[in-house]
Amino acid sequence: MASRVEILNEGGFRSDGRRQFELRSIEMDMSQQGHADGSAVITHGLTQVQVSVFGPREAKMRSQTIHDRANINVEISIAPFSTGDRRKRSRGDKRILEYAAAIKSTFEPAIQTSLYPRSQIDVFIQVIQQDGGLLQACINGTTLALMNAGVPMIDFICAVSGGVHSTHPLLDLTLLEENDVPNVTIAVMPKTQKVSLVTMETRLHVDRFEEVFRLATEAGLVLHEEMKSAVLGRAKELISSLDMGSNANRGGDVDDDGMTGFN
Amino acid sequence: MISFTSFPSKPQATSYASSSQYGESKRDLMDIDDEDFESQGSKLTCPGDGHGTYIDDDEVIASVAGTIERVNKLITVRAIRSRYNPEVGDLVVGRITEVQPRRWKVDAHSRQDAVLMLSSVNLPGGVQRRKLESDELQMRGFFEEGDLLVAEVQAFFSDGAMSLHTRSLKYGKLRNGQLVVVPPILVRRLKSHFLTLPCGVDLILGLNGYIWVSKHVKESEQEGEEGFDAEAVYSNVNDDIDEPTRTAISRVTHIIRVLTSHFIPLSDTLLLEAYEWAVEHESDVRDLLQQDFGDALVSSVVSGK
Repeated sequence: MASRVEILNEGGFRSDGRRQFELRSIEMDMSQQGHADGSAVITHGLTQVQVSVFGPREAKMRSQTIHDRANINVEISIAPFSTGDRRKRSRGDKRILEYAAAIKSTFEPAIQTSLYPRSQIDVFIQVIQQDGGLLQACINGTTLALMNAGVPMIDFICAVSGGVHSTHPLLDLTLLEENDVPNVTIAVMPKTQKVSLVTMETRLHVDRFEEVFRLATEAGLVLHEEMKSAVLGRAKELISSLDMGSNANRGGDVDDDGMTGFN
Repeated sequence: MISFTSFPSKPQATSYASSSQYGESKRDLMDIDDEDFESQGSKLTCPGDGHGTYIDDDEVIASVAGTIERVNKLITVRAIRSRYNPEVGDLVVGRITEVQPRRWKVDAHSRQDAVLMLSSVNLPGGVQRRKLESDELQMRGFFEEGDLLVAEVQAFFSDGAMSLHTRSLKYGKLRNGQLVVVPPILVRRLKSHFLTLPCGVDLILGLNGYIWVSKHVKESEQEGEEGFDAEAVYSNVNDDIDEPTRTAISRVTHIIRVLTSHFIPLSDTLLLEAYEWAVEHESDVRDLLQQDFGDALVSSVVSGK
């Protein structure tokens, strides 16, 4: 066994030094990027994903418009340097398309698409680094980017991956663990605790599933607090500079339209 | 579905119990000032409906991150960044994306392309003229794909798309300048959105966040009501722009970009101040592209010196 990396050693530590239920460090950057309406860079440990949201805007293709709600268009591109083995994936890669479809169906119940008939919301995901938990990073990043873009949403969507090593459940798997351990990705809407995505590509014993599911849901709530503080932090930052600008404008030609929040 | 009570109503006990998890973290934010930087889970147990909110079990819940505004029973959460939400009478700058039978489609930074009907533009040969079939056939002679124009929001269609009109001599095709795109919230309603800066630059602040910076045209040279000159109004050729004016135009555009990248709302006084500061401190217009120069500009203008 010495040559093999232990998923969970006797001391209860995982290969990267985390405990069973410990999540990797998260970094969220919601600053403006290019001309996107909203963007976010999210880092889960060594997995890094950049998401740009455009819209709601006029659909590029007439055939894609839906007369009573907005169409959500998700495109993922994976940088060739993002993994250990440098491999170029085309945009038509089946696996990438499947991820995109999963993300689209995850967000459809959360975005109030009926407010924007005949429009399109474009979500472009760029994977910069991957070390497991790709889908969860994509979903969390998309949530932040959509909020940054001011797209009306029912709730946050927070995703976490989970797995089971023999009988021990693990959370937030790295690539090494993902290759070795049956795993699921779960996306929750924290306010109602509804689950909008459960996906599993491996086989997991049905007796173990409930425990992992419950743990991942709980971890989703923890993530929600982090994401909420990132969104509020960004909002605060922007409002304070808006206020600063308004104060500088005072005495100028600004028409006071009675907005209480700003003066 | 919703129970109506007089406005500053006590939160109902039931809904508060269910919201304790979020209510806690929201409290301290509300205490800072009357703003609530709430995104999801804003618990306001008063009846009402508004934009940027939805209703779940008699609770109004924010659906976007932003500031709360109240007008009696109407509660609105205004998103900090979002696409342009049109209102009738707004001045917008847009770009033609498509020519369709008797109408143009205009990209106006909104959720759908706006519509400019052939009947809502000024045609050569007098304002009161009837639209002819020949006008329909030569629509590309007035506006072509890619042309920029300034217009006013006239009305909305049933699906929320806006209809524009250019039936004023102030409106119409744009030339002799440069377009800057900024977040729409940074363009506040002003008394006039047509600004003339003393440096020989005209500004059109579209409420949709499209800003047109162009060479100054003297009022007397603008086409008068009688001499409505279709050649000049629908011309695609720029006038001669001399070197200092070009420099001024690019300086103004850079200033706008710097201010908006710091999320400072635009106004004529602020722009003027910034322009003067830039002229005083720069050695070259290109200085404005540098981060530290931009930061210095913003901090000095905002502090009001």
